[in-house]
Amino acid sequence: MMEKQVLVVFPHPDDEAFGTAGVMTKFVNEGVPVTYACATLGEMGRNMGNPFFATRETLPEVRRKELKDACQVMGVDDLRMLGFRDKTLEFEDPELLVSTIGKLIDELQPSLIITFYPGYGIHPDHDACAAAVIETVKRIPKEKRPTVYTLPITPDREAVLGKPDKVFDVTDVLETKIKTIEAHRSQTEAMVARLEDGSLDPNSEIMTFIKQESFWIYRFDE
Amino acid sequence: MKPIHIEEVQKILETFENQDLYFHLETTSGAYAAQDKEKLAVGAYIRNGSLRFSNVKMAGSGPFRVGFKLNEGWMYAEGITDYQLDDGRLLMAGHDSSGRLAVAVQLSYTPFD
Repeated sequence: MMEKQVLVVFPHPDDEAFGTAGVMTKFVNEGVPVTYACATLGEMGRNMGNPFFATRETLPEVRRKELKDACQVMGVDDLRMLGFRDKTLEFEDPELLVSTIGKLIDELQPSLIITFYPGYGIHPDHDACAAAVIETVKRIPKEKRPTVYTLPITPDREAVLGKPDKVFDVTDVLETKIKTIEAHRSQTEAMVARLEDGSLDPNSEIMTFIKQESFWIYRFDE
Repeated sequence: MKPIHIEEVQKILETFENQDLYFHLETTSGAYAAQDKEKLAVGAYIRNGSLRFSNVKMAGSGPFRVGFKLNEGWMYAEGITDYQLDDGRLLMAGHDSSGRLAVAVQLSYTPFD
């Protein structure tokens, strides 16, 4: 997995946690610089806790802190908060998204970009963010394009896109990955409680899912 | 936030009458609701809309409804369970039994961030 620089682009704090935190940690451990660009602060999230830990107005700060904590857990020291607003990405001027991501790519010259797969993201922000990343990379001359690992998350992903091109076993960094998930407490508390009370069988579907990170390499057909 | 006390919130709401306000109105089922094919993902959101109302009333026995008679129209929300007055802003929200926000109505004299 030799890479020069990895750029991860997702719209919400915690989007990295389930699908790619293990791979991000592996890159960091190998000394590969990893940048996490998070487009929004997930400020429209619905989980306010019971008892409440946030209001609609304080949630962005809660999420900002959790995002920083998650990066610290993974050892990712370059976190870029892009300042867009949760649930608005699909309504933004696409050129604004493209130029924002384009500047990051110009600056970092990543050899690998990781994002969702456009159209297979379930959440409109996931699709809009991924589409902007793909559009940005499309505009780079073929020979200079970084590799793009995409994460389709719809249940039909394998039926439509085939098997993933890259499957990483992240068992060796599983503890870090679970801590990353835990760092996003406002979003993952219920699940973390299940992880901690031991009710999750190590062979359960969710644990099998967490131990493996699968990516589809985006094909820029031209 | 704390549970709605109808008389108390009614009094606070009335202090906002006939003034230029910024409001936040939101309702959501969550973007993932449609994963369950039986459900329709719904939501509406307006942030920092301008609003002036002449009358306001909280109704119901909880969860509550709140209705605003605007200069040229109406606005209302249903399912309100909790509120908080912070820095002169009134935040009201409806949370489900697991603490998830389903509706929010907020009023402020200055724009929300």
